[in-house]
Amino acid sequence: MQFDSWNDFLAMGGHAQYVWVAYGSLAAFLLAYVGMLVRRRRAVIGELKWRAAADAHEEAK
Amino acid sequence: MALKTFWHKLGSPRWFYDISRGWIIAFGLLALLLLSLGVIWGLAFAPPDYQQGNSYRIMFVHVPAAMVAQSVYLGMGVAGFVLFVWRMKIADVAISACLPLGIYLTALALLTGSVWGRPTWGTWWDWDGRTVSTLVLLFLYIGIFALRGAIADAELRGRASALVAMVGTINIPIIKYSVDWWQTLHQTSSFTLTEKPSMPAEMWLPLLVMVLGLYFFAAFSVLYRMRTEVLFRERNTQWVAQLFAGERRAV
Repeated sequence: MQFDSWNDFLAMGGHAQYVWVAYGSLAAFLLAYVGMLVRRRRAVIGELKWRAAADAHEEAK
Repeated sequence: MALKTFWHKLGSPRWFYDISRGWIIAFGLLALLLLSLGVIWGLAFAPPDYQQGNSYRIMFVHVPAAMVAQSVYLGMGVAGFVLFVWRMKIADVAISACLPLGIYLTALALLTGSVWGRPTWGTWWDWDGRTVSTLVLLFLYIGIFALRGAIADAELRGRASALVAMVGTINIPIIKYSVDWWQTLHQTSSFTLTEKPSMPAEMWLPLLVMVLGLYFFAAFSVLYRMRTEVLFRERNTQWVAQLFAGERRAV
């Protein structure tokens, strides 16, 4: 551990704003991108399930 | 022979869909593990730089983002070549999966470069060889993305984006050698294959962990997106219908 206290860690030797913006944008990118991937997959699967159900309904008639 | 079979199978979206499930689980877990380890190591345990103090910790985000952004472009260039020469459908799916990732990663590299440049160079932006060629990379990604959005015909869309993706790979060696050709503010390569890193192991080890982690994240994202795209494009086929046939009881 390179820092003596939690406050020391957050301060990043006076470069807090730069360091935290960089790591914050990495975290935001990773979370947002995975969210986007999952949302797109769910939308496609939702449509496919809807189609399958509609087909089954047709056949049952 | 095995290679030829693999090549032939790649042409089958169904084979790709089945085989890639295990890959995304493995790559996703490796990415999570390595990126968590790398962030904690880089932020709290790597020693401060004797000149830059703690601001150099931005390197653990900036260098991987820039490296992977360029590699994703190279991958897209190769996919473009495969699509152009062999007209393999899965290559078009690969291009579409690389594009959004490449845009975000290049933007991340430029943004983290900017917040690192401010305390280190005294400026948010400099018209230096490395920064300008990376900006060109961002414009290439956005340009191909826009091009694909503008062409309605699938065949033409694929061939046009494949061509631009291939031609644009010329920018990758320009980015790489820009720091040697125009020696301005940007420092030279952190990693080379032939020489030992110029930093101590306590610094380059966490950097290597972050680079590998982001490569696994890229592999995970591209394959995940490709799987979704394959399902969507193959929605009218028998095999996709069968995947969801179990949903019949829902009605």
